[in-house]
Amino acid sequence: MPLSNRLAGVCLLLVSSGAAQERPIAFLGARVVPIAAPAIEDGTVLVHRGKVVAVGPRAGVAVPAEAERREVKGVLLPGFVDTHSHIGGGSGGDASAPIQPDVRIWDTIDVRDPGLQKAQAGGITTVNVMPGSGHLLSGQTVYLKLRDGNAIEDLLIRGPDGAIAGGIKMANGTNSQRAAPFPNTRGKSAALVRTEFVKAQEYRAKVQRAGGDPEKLPPRDLRMEALAMALDGKWIVHHHTHRADDVLTVLRLAQEFGFRVVLHHVSEGWKVAEEIARAKAPCSVIAIDSPGGKLEAIHLRPETAGVLERAGVSVAIHSDDGITDSRLFLRSHAMAVRGGFSRAAALESLTVAGARMLDLQDRVGTLEPGKDADLVLLSGDPFALDTVVLETWVEGRKVFDRADPKDRLHAVGGLGASDGQVMHTHCGCCDGEEAHR
Amino acid sequence: MSAPRHLGIGVALGVLCGAPLAAQVAVRGELVHTMAGPALRDAVVLVRDGKIVAVGPAAEVRIPEGYEVLTAKVVTPGLIDARATAGLAGWLNQDHDKDEVDPAEAVQPELRAIDAYNPREPLVAWLREHGVTTLHTGHAPLALVSGQTFVVKTSEDALAGAVLKPAAMVACTLAGSARGEGGKSPGTRAKMIAMLRAALLDAREHMAKQAKATADKPVERSLRKETLGAVLKGEVPLLIHAQRQEDILAALRLQEEFGFRLVLDGAAEGYLVADRLLAAKVPVVVHATMLRHTGDARNASFETAAKLRDRGIPVHFQSGYEGYVPRTRVVLFEAALAAAHGFGREQALRALTLDAATLLGVQDRIGSLAPGKDADLALYDGDPFEYTSHCTGVLIDGKVVSRTVR
Repeated sequence: MPLSNRLAGVCLLLVSSGAAQERPIAFLGARVVPIAAPAIEDGTVLVHRGKVVAVGPRAGVAVPAEAERREVKGVLLPGFVDTHSHIGGGSGGDASAPIQPDVRIWDTIDVRDPGLQKAQAGGITTVNVMPGSGHLLSGQTVYLKLRDGNAIEDLLIRGPDGAIAGGIKMANGTNSQRAAPFPNTRGKSAALVRTEFVKAQEYRAKVQRAGGDPEKLPPRDLRMEALAMALDGKWIVHHHTHRADDVLTVLRLAQEFGFRVVLHHVSEGWKVAEEIARAKAPCSVIAIDSPGGKLEAIHLRPETAGVLERAGVSVAIHSDDGITDSRLFLRSHAMAVRGGFSRAAALESLTVAGARMLDLQDRVGTLEPGKDADLVLLSGDPFALDTVVLETWVEGRKVFDRADPKDRLHAVGGLGASDGQVMHTHCGCCDGEEAHR
Repeated sequence: MSAPRHLGIGVALGVLCGAPLAAQVAVRGELVHTMAGPALRDAVVLVRDGKIVAVGPAAEVRIPEGYEVLTAKVVTPGLIDARATAGLAGWLNQDHDKDEVDPAEAVQPELRAIDAYNPREPLVAWLREHGVTTLHTGHAPLALVSGQTFVVKTSEDALAGAVLKPAAMVACTLAGSARGEGGKSPGTRAKMIAMLRAALLDAREHMAKQAKATADKPVERSLRKETLGAVLKGEVPLLIHAQRQEDILAALRLQEEFGFRLVLDGAAEGYLVADRLLAAKVPVVVHATMLRHTGDARNASFETAAKLRDRGIPVHFQSGYEGYVPRTRVVLFEAALAAAHGFGREQALRALTLDAATLLGVQDRIGSLAPGKDADLALYDGDPFEYTSHCTGVLIDGKVVSRTVR
C-alpha cells in the first residue's frame, strides 16, 4: 500500500473512531457461510478498511502480500443482526403520555453497559435497540453497530446524508394499556394511534405545500417530524404485538397510513400467517422456553417461526434482551429449528432477514464484496449445543475473542461479568425495573 | 443383565392374573440410558402394570404378543426437576393461578404444596411433554419462609396417587426477593436472619414443651412450629434459596447453629465459597443456567454447575421460579446449557435422574431403568440435550402420557 494511503488512514483514524482497518486481513480455512451463496469449505474471506473485499475458496481468492493471514478453524458467518433488543440501559417515553415519537432511545444508552459486550459475545454485530412496549409509541429506536466505543456516536449507523439509522417503536395489546392518559381498551388504543397519525398526515401535507419555503413551513414539531418519517417510509415501525387480533389491527393501521411495519414477537402469528403473508409484513419472532407468563403469550408456540416461513413470511428471531440473553442468540435460532423452522431460514434469520427488517441489507447480513466486514467465527455447527462464538468482528476489528479472559468472562458470566449492567426485563420482578416495559 | 429372568416372571404373572396384555408397553431404543449401568445399544425396556419388569438388549428381551412397542433413538428415565414452582405458579400469571407465594406473612412454613398444586396446569403438561416426569415443586423463593415443597409425578391425575412425597422440604429465602413490601419486615438481610432464628427457636421451644406434654396437659398445636420442628428434627430439609456468597454463608451459619439438613437452592456465587459448601456437605440445586444474570444473580455463570461439581459438591438442576416469561423454565434445557459449559452430558443426565432421585429420597422408585422401578421413561429422537432434538414420547407409571413431538 502506498505510504500516502497509509497516512490517509492514520488521519482518518484521528477524525473517526469508527476507523478504517488499514491492513487487509485474510481469514483462511473456515467453513464460510456467506448466506448470499452456498457454504464454502476451506474458504477465504478477505477484508480491508472495514469492508469485505473477496469471498471464495482458498484457491480462488488472491491474498495481498501485506495482508494479515489468519488461519481459523470453525464456521465463519456474517455478523448477526438482532432486530429487537434493550441492551445499554436506555429508556424511552415517560409516564406522561402513551404516544411519544419525539423521544430518542439513543440519547440514553450507556455504551459501557456490559450488555453490549455480552451481545458481542453472542455474535451480534448489528442491533436494533428499542424503547419498551409500555406505550402505544414509546419513541425512536436506533440501529447500532457493536463497535467498541466511548460514546453512543461511535456506534451509530449513518446514511450517506448523515441521517442516523433507526425506526419507531410501537405496541398494542395489554402492555400499553393502563390508566388515562393511557388507553384502557384496544379500541381506544387504535383510536389514539389513528388520531396521532392523522395529525402527522396534516403536518406532512403542510410541509409539502411549503415547498421548502421557510415562510410557509409549519413550526418545527419533533413529534410530527418523527411520525412523518414513518409516513414517508423512511423509518420502519417496529410493532410489538402478540394476539392474533392485535396483529391484524397493526396490519389494518399500517395499510390505512401506509407506514412500513415489522411485526415483533407475534406470539399468535401462527393463527394468522396467511394474513401476515398477504400484507407482506416481516415478522421478528421471539423464542421463549414455555408459553404464558402473561395472558397474551399463552398461545405462544415454538412452531411459529416455521409456520410463518411456510406461509412465505420473512422471519427473524430476536433476543428482546433481557427477556432472552444476547449470548443465547444462536440458541434461540436453534430452538426455532426444533420447532420446525428450516435451517436455511434460521441462517438467514441470524443475518440477512434481520438486516432487511432494518433497511441495512446493503451493508450487513451477507459476506459479499462491498459489505461491512462484520464476521462471527463459530466453533462448529451454528445450531449445535456445544458450539460457541470464538470471535466477533465489526468492520474489520475484533470486538470479541473468547480466548481473551476478559471477553470470556462476558461470554460465560461470573464475578464482575454483569457489573453496571441495567437489564430491561419488561416486568417488575427484577431489580430496578418498572412494570410492563 | 438379568432381564430374561424378570421377563419370565412378568409373563407368568400376566397369565396368572389374566391381565389384558394389550394395555402393556415396551420401549425399544437405539440407545437406552438405564443409569443403572452403562448405556445399552438397541435395548428394550419392558413394562408391566406400571413397573419396569425387564431391561436388556433387544436380542435378549422377548416382547410378548400384544404389547405396544414404542421406539426411539434415545431412551432415558423420566427426568426429575429438583426444584420447580410450576403447578403452583400457572401460565396465566393472574390471581387465578398464582399460588406460589402468599405475601401476607414472611414466615409461613405451614403452607403445603400439595394443597396448592394443580396437576392440570398447562405448564406441567409442557414440562411433561419434554420428558420431565417428576417435579420437586412448591412455594417460590419470594418470602423468608414461603411454604413447603413436595415431590409429585407430572401426570394429570397426580393427586389421586402419584405423590411421591407429600412434604419434601421447607422453602426458605435469603435473598432480595424475601424483602417485605410496603415497609413490612424483613426489610434487610440482617432482619431476615433474626426473624428466621426467632422462628426456629420458637419451634425448638415448642418441641421441648411437646416432649413434656401429657394427656391431661397437652400443648396447644401449632402447624407452623410443628413444621419447623420437623426441620429441626432432621425429618425435612430446609431448602434455602441464596445466590450471593454472604447469603450462602449466612445459611451455613444457621445450619451450624440449629443443625438442620440444608439443601442450597441457587448458589450463583457458590463458586466463591465452594470450600465451605464442601466442608458442610451441602447439596446444591444450582440456579437455572439461563436465569437472568441480574440482581442477586448478577455474578451467575453458565459454568456454576461445573465449577461446584468439580469441587466435589453434589449438584442438581432446577427449573426454578420465574415471575414473568418464561413462566417456567425446562430443566432439560437448563441442564443442557450447563452440560455444554463443562458439566458434561453424561453427568447432566445422571443429575436429572438418579442423583435427583437420591436427593429427594425417592431413588427406590424412580431415577433409573431397572426391574421393579416405576415405569417412567422419556423418549427422544436424538441426543436429549441437543437443541434440535425432540422428546417424542413419555411414560409415567407405564402409561403413555405424551406422544407429542416437543
